[in-house]
Amino acid sequence: MTAQSTTRATRSIGKSIDGAFSALFNALIGVTDTFFSLVQRVVGLRGMPYIFVLPNLLIFGIFILFPMLLNFVYAFTGGIQFFPNQRPWVGTANFEQLLTCQNFLDPNTCYQDRFWRAVYNTVFYVVFQVGFMVVISLATALVLNSSIKARGFFRSVFFYPVLLSPIVVALIWKWILQENGLLNGILTGLGFDKVPFMVDASWARFWVVGISVWAFMGFYTLILLAGLQAIPSEVYEAAQIDGAGAWRSFLNITLPLLMPTMTVVLVLALIRAVQIFDVVFAFTGGGPGTATLYMVQYIYDNGFASPTKQYGLAASASLLMAAVLIILTLGQLRTRRGEV
Amino acid sequence: MSTVTEFLTKTRGRRQPDLTDIITYLYLALGTLLMFGPVVWLVLSSFKTPAEIATFPPRLLPYRQETVEVEGYDEPLPLYEVTLDDGSTAVMAQVRRVGLEAQLIDPASPDEIVKVNIENREPVESVSFRPDNYIEGIQSFNFATYLRNSVIVTIGATLLTLLVNSMAAFALAKYYFPGRTLIFLIMISTLMIPLSVVLVPVFLVITGVGWNNSLWGVIVPGAATPTGVFLLRQYMLTIPEELLDAARIDGASEWRIYTQVILPLSRPALAVLTIFSVMWRWNDFLWPLIVLSRSELFTLQVGLQSFQGQLNVQWNLILAMTVVTLLPITIVFAVLQRSITTGIATTGMK
Repeated sequence: MTAQSTTRATRSIGKSIDGAFSALFNALIGVTDTFFSLVQRVVGLRGMPYIFVLPNLLIFGIFILFPMLLNFVYAFTGGIQFFPNQRPWVGTANFEQLLTCQNFLDPNTCYQDRFWRAVYNTVFYVVFQVGFMVVISLATALVLNSSIKARGFFRSVFFYPVLLSPIVVALIWKWILQENGLLNGILTGLGFDKVPFMVDASWARFWVVGISVWAFMGFYTLILLAGLQAIPSEVYEAAQIDGAGAWRSFLNITLPLLMPTMTVVLVLALIRAVQIFDVVFAFTGGGPGTATLYMVQYIYDNGFASPTKQYGLAASASLLMAAVLIILTLGQLRTRRGEV
Repeated sequence: MSTVTEFLTKTRGRRQPDLTDIITYLYLALGTLLMFGPVVWLVLSSFKTPAEIATFPPRLLPYRQETVEVEGYDEPLPLYEVTLDDGSTAVMAQVRRVGLEAQLIDPASPDEIVKVNIENREPVESVSFRPDNYIEGIQSFNFATYLRNSVIVTIGATLLTLLVNSMAAFALAKYYFPGRTLIFLIMISTLMIPLSVVLVPVFLVITGVGWNNSLWGVIVPGAATPTGVFLLRQYMLTIPEELLDAARIDGASEWRIYTQVILPLSRPALAVLTIFSVMWRWNDFLWPLIVLSRSELFTLQVGLQSFQGQLNVQWNLILAMTVVTLLPITIVFAVLQRSITTGIATTGMK
């Protein structure tokens, strides 16, 4: 078969599939239209918008909004019972348990030491991960925005890891960093000793930050690149005529004009960093010890994994976390409004 | 040679590459290595034999020892390059090994057995991409079941998401009705509160509905994403009201306006939401992990995690199954990469 007739064959197959789909779609519209015309006759034109939002609102109400309200019930009740009506009211006891510390800077003196370890690990992780990631994403976006060949290809290169599932990301890196892995192979080849990356607490923390930067930076690079491309080139030309160098153009044009995009990136990255869970769950499982135990895993452990389920503690911890997230988001809205 | 360097160093509008260009391309080269390298390493490693997986330092490509069929032996015999006592070398097949001594034969004359110290033989190897790990992995990993569950969840959830989100977005964009602002505000405000924060009560609700250990429990709850509603609504706001009024004058019902005016005109936004939804659902881990506890309902991600958590599971199988798990999304990306990256760049901001 020649290439041309192959194309023609593919095209005609494509056309007939398309035709079958549109026939099916039209039949579906016909059937549903009879039904919804009847509905419209009953509820009237004014009632129709409610019919349209209803399915979404039902799912949303049952599976998102209602659980959010229920979370308060769990947070203020105690015991190991799962069903809220069997749980005794304990007031703020769960919060008191979480917040009881002799010295807040030393998790060992806290009643719930795992909670405070998770808090400190998360703070450490958020600061370093967001910091590194924003700097690297900005550098990459600037490089991609300069006059390079094959920009589309390189843009895809940096975006590719974003598509990988957290479990896949974790396994890829676990394989590279294991004791007899690629990285230790390279290190011994260069004359260094093997490093126990997954066993040493500091290294494990370092690599959790490293692989999450690797996995997520492409997304922020894309957003920053879009922001850079929205800056009109006339501004740069004007600056050049006025004798501004590359560095001054960057400081006085690029950075200020990129600030709105930067705010979005920062807040999105912050919110996601606070919620870090699945990559680490598959990568270190929170270990070694509690070195990479983060907030969501603390909640998960208490609610699902531990033999004695502490639903109350899990719910109160998640309320505290939600409070932090809301503050972060409102912070974003405020700064953005300030700019507009 | 000079043409090659000229091609490599040519930059747009300028003849002479300066330091900035060199740094730029170095950065891009390093970036490509860092981004693709780990995945390439995973794929290469997934073809290695268990023995080679354990070798340190690791070798880049998967090698396999060559074998030869010799008459009188049931199994193919491994080939070695042997240094004989007189200093000459020969390629011979090993019959058996006793302690430090290897017994080998010349495949051409299989009757004469030569005994050599194992120090004096080197395996004959060649690069080989045999799919053994994949075949064995798929048998022990229950791959077909997990794949089916993942496909059902991804397609079902994406269709449901597109339907309910576009209906709600249509109502919120094109009608003025009491409660509209309230509904919109409540939805938007939950954007900042993720599932991970309400794990326990969500599990209770799922149990109450009876969707514990059912794929419905994975498909339905995430379908009402505020992100999707918001994205579609912003797009539908740009569709002119006159089109809707014209359709109404022609006697079209509201449902017909939705299906035949709004949906076709919202195609670009629907495409972006489709890409998002497929990506979210295929890679989703936390929700299916909570809802599903029976292994025949696991999605690929949950299955892979429990597979790597089992004791005594070999890396060679895990690596092969990881490749299988990332393959579908990689193919989709390779085909659609341009529309995916531009789509996310233009809507990710919102």
